Amino acid sequence: MSENGHDEHGHEHPHEESGHEGSPWAARIRAVEELLAERGILTHEEVEAQIGYMEARSYENGARLVAHAWTDPGFKELLLRDTKAACSQLGIDASGTVEFVTVENTPTTHNLIVCTLCSCYPRAILGRPPDWYKSPAYRSRAVVEPRAVMKEFGLEIPEDVSVSVHDSSADVRYLVLPMRPPGTEGMTEEELAGLVSRNCLVGTAVPQYKARERASS
Amino acid sequence: MIRPVRAARFRPGDAVRVPNVEKKGHVRTPAYVKGKHGYVTAVLGEFPDPESLAYGGAGLPEKPLYRVRFRQADLWQGYGGPPDDTLHVDIYEHWLEPASEEG
Repeated sequence: MSENGHDEHGHEHPHEESGHEGSPWAARIRAVEELLAERGILTHEEVEAQIGYMEARSYENGARLVAHAWTDPGFKELLLRDTKAACSQLGIDASGTVEFVTVENTPTTHNLIVCTLCSCYPRAILGRPPDWYKSPAYRSRAVVEPRAVMKEFGLEIPEDVSVSVHDSSADVRYLVLPMRPPGTEGMTEEELAGLVSRNCLVGTAVPQYKARERASS
Repeated sequence: MIRPVRAARFRPGDAVRVPNVEKKGHVRTPAYVKGKHGYVTAVLGEFPDPESLAYGGAGLPEKPLYRVRFRQADLWQGYGGPPDDTLHVDIYEHWLEPASEEG
């Protein structure tokens, strides 16, 4: 992110979108918003409400779903069968018109999520996607050479594990249920959630656990 | 299945082919699966037709949406990974036609 001395007005969230509040893109968006409001198509309050809705979401919702699924087989079954219902059970508001499917990593299959046509992402659950997820490079290469892409993220999938890429280009948004790392048997659900990064939910990473990490914390 | 379907033309396990046709507009079928063979793995439900919805239409009639599995080796010449690697795309019914098992 570039700095131009422009005051960030105490915004605490990182600006992941390319550009800046003072960029031509931001100016264009403000102009479009003004026009929409002027013509009565939507109000500034509705825009603010939508921004608030999105800012209130983060990948931590996904980490909670995963950690709960690891500790409760019944919940795992629900998450894989009906992701919306599973969200609702944890107080995560994923209602709305978009549908969600959770795909499970197993010892024989690793899942990777992409949207080649735009950048569809389970926003209602995980919030905004990372910039790289929206990049033309990721969107094109994830389908053609998923193993090479994951390797660049530091994730090497063994040859005897098949890779399933999900191009979520229609009405369903996908998230990955990663495998619980060995050695985590005694951990609390909260500690387990701490092992699940945003990339784990897209499939460009898997949860890692090293015994010494816990000992030192 | 996530949403109910009144009449689905295909079932899980069916061999299908994506017609290799050009169509302008908000088509959600990725170009790289056109002309390719795959298998239906799930009937996801009925959804508004994006090709109508995107232009102010009602998206009616709704279209059944399927998850279709392709072999990566069938999609990309010289695919570098193992033969079991797969790619899954959600495809609306009007973008699928029956295919023979042999492909």
